[in-house]
Amino acid sequence: MAETIIYAMYDDDDILKDGAKKLVSKGVKITEVFSPFPVHGIDPIIGIKDTRLGIMAFLYGLTGTVLATVGMRYMMVVDWPMNIGGKPNFSYLENILAFIPVTFEFTVLCAAHGMAITYFLRNKTLPGMPAQNPDPRTTDDRFVMEIRTDENQKFSLKELETLVKETGIVEFDKKSRE
Amino acid sequence: MHKESAIREPLILGHKTYHDITEDVCRSIEDKAPRMWYILFSIALVIGLYGVGCILYLLGTGVGTWGLNKTVGWAWDITNFVWWVGIGHAGTLISAVLLLFRQKWRMAINRSAEAMTIFAVFMAGLFPLIHMGRLWLGYWTIPLPNQFGSLWVNFNSPLLWDVFAISTYLSVSLVFWYIGLIPDFATIRDRAKKPLAKKMYSILAFGWSGRAKHWNRFENISLVLAGLATPLVFSVHSIVSFDFATSVIPGWHTTIFPPYFVAGAVFSGFAMVQTLLLIMRKAMSLEAYIHTRHVEYMNIVIMVTGSIVGVAYITELFISFYSGVEYESYAFINRLSGPYWWAYWSMMTCNVISPQLMWFKKLRRSLLFTFFISIVVNIGMWFERFVIIVTSTHRDYLPSSWSMFYPTHIDIGIFIGTIGLFSVFFLLFARFFPVLALNELKTILKSSGESYKNDTKKDH
Repeated sequence: MAETIIYAMYDDDDILKDGAKKLVSKGVKITEVFSPFPVHGIDPIIGIKDTRLGIMAFLYGLTGTVLATVGMRYMMVVDWPMNIGGKPNFSYLENILAFIPVTFEFTVLCAAHGMAITYFLRNKTLPGMPAQNPDPRTTDDRFVMEIRTDENQKFSLKELETLVKETGIVEFDKKSRE
Repeated sequence: MHKESAIREPLILGHKTYHDITEDVCRSIEDKAPRMWYILFSIALVIGLYGVGCILYLLGTGVGTWGLNKTVGWAWDITNFVWWVGIGHAGTLISAVLLLFRQKWRMAINRSAEAMTIFAVFMAGLFPLIHMGRLWLGYWTIPLPNQFGSLWVNFNSPLLWDVFAISTYLSVSLVFWYIGLIPDFATIRDRAKKPLAKKMYSILAFGWSGRAKHWNRFENISLVLAGLATPLVFSVHSIVSFDFATSVIPGWHTTIFPPYFVAGAVFSGFAMVQTLLLIMRKAMSLEAYIHTRHVEYMNIVIMVTGSIVGVAYITELFISFYSGVEYESYAFINRLSGPYWWAYWSMMTCNVISPQLMWFKKLRRSLLFTFFISIVVNIGMWFERFVIIVTSTHRDYLPSSWSMFYPTHIDIGIFIGTIGLFSVFFLLFARFFPVLALNELKTILKSSGESYKNDTKKDH
C-alpha cells in the first residue's frame, strides 16, 4: 500500500502545540515535528522520550578519569618514578594532589567530546550531509508537523486531512511514497 | 510558556517576528560587505602578517631576539599569553555559567563572545609554542611513548597542567560553540541562493533537520556541556596562575593567585566583549538585540569582578607586609615605588578605580563611556600581568644581577601581530557566521520581546 505523508505547516509555536494536543487527544499519531527552535513542551505531547545523552556523558567522563589515573600512575610511579628535588613519586596516592588538575581536565575532555560525537552520530548529522527538513522555511519561522497514514491506520486519509485542517494550519501538503 | 514581569526591561526591542530575527542576522551575511569591512580587514591582515613575519624571524633566529636577559627570563611572551587566555574567559563564562543560571540576556551575546574566546585562546596558545624555540618539537608536551628511555612528561609540573588545561578548554569551547552554530548554519543554508554559499553552508550545517528529538538532544547537550565548561573555565585560569604560584619567586609565591586570576580573567574578558560588541551592534545594526540593558548587565559583571581584583591587589600588598618575609615585602615595595612604578600605578588606576565608576547608573548605561572603560580595562589587565611577571623577576635575591626589561621590536611586533590576527579572525566571523544565536533568540521572543511583553503586538 502506498504510504502518504501529511505535512501540516504552522506559523506559530503555540498554535502548533495546541494543534498537536488536539490531534493526539483524538488518537492521531504525530510522527515528527520540525521547528526552527526548540519548542518547549512539544516532546511529551507527541511522545518523544527524553534523551539519554547525559548518561553517556557521565560514562565518557568516568572513562576519562580512569584513563588519566591509570596512565599517570604508570608513567610517574611504575615506569619511571621521576625524582624532582629529591622527591620521587613512590606511590600514586601520596602524590595524588599533583595529579588532580590533569585528571579533571582529562575527564572533561573525554566527557565533552564523547558526548558531542555521540550527539552527531545519533542525530545522523555529519559534515556535508544533505538537509533533512521537509521545507526550507522550517529553519526560519515555520513549524511543520509530519503525520504518516501508516501509523494512523484507524483514520482514512480524508479524515486525517479534516482533523489536521481544523488546527489552524497555514499550509497543507501531502506526499505519497511507495 | 514563561511569563516575565512587565517591569523587567525587554531584551528584544521593537516589533520583531521570528522571520525578522532571521532577516536581521542573515542580512550581513547575504549582503555585500560594506567598504568599512574591507578597510578594517586589510589593516588587520597587514598587522597580522607583520606579526607572522616577526614570529618566523624569531623561529629562525631564536628567543634571543626578545628583550629577555638572565634576570628577566619571562616577560612579554607570558604576559601576552596570560592576557589572551584571560580575554578568552568571557565567552564560555557567558554561554556556560549564564546558561546554568538561565540568564536570557546571554543569548544575544553568547555567539560572538564564544567566537572571541576561541580566537583569543588561539592567540594565547601561540605564545608558549613559539617560546619553545623549536616549534616542531611542540608535540613533546604530549605524553607519548618515546625512544629517549622511558622519558615521560612531568605530570607534577603546572606547565604540563597548562598544556592539558588550555587544549581541553580550546577544544571543548570549540565544540560547544559549533554545536550551537549548527541550527543557525541550517537557517542560512535554507535561505542561500548562490550555489557556492549553499554548498558551503550545507557542509557546515551537517544536514541539520530541526526535528523535535534533535532539539531535545540539542538542549540536553548544551546543558551538560555548560555544566562541564563551568568548572573548566575556573580551572583553566587557576592552572595558569599555578605557573606562578607554585614557584618560589617573591611576588609569585601566593595562594591568592587562582581566585584572583579567575576574577581578573572574567574582568578582562567582559571588557573585550564590550569593546567588540559595541562596534559590532552598530556596524551590523543589531541595536534591537544588543542594547543598553545588555551593556548594563555586562558592566555590572565588570564592576563586581573589578572589585574582586581590587581586593586581591590590596590583600596581596597587605600580606606581603604581614608575612614578615623581607623578600616578599621588598618585591611589593619595589612594585609600587621601584623603576616600574608607572606600570603598577597604571594597573591600579585602570583596574581598581575605573570599574568603580560603574556604580553610577548613568555611566554604566552610557555606551560611549562603556567603550572607553572597556579599552582602559584591557590596557590595565595587560599591565597587571606585566607587573606580576616583570617586576617580580627583575630584582632577584642577588642585587648584582638586578636588571631591567626592554622589549625589542620583535616583542612588540609579535604582540601587535596577535591583535591583528585576532581581528582578522573576528572580522571573518562577523562576515560569514551568524553573529547572534538567532534560533535561540526566537525562544525568548515571546517572553522577553518588547511587543509581546507590552501586548502591543501587531498581527503576526
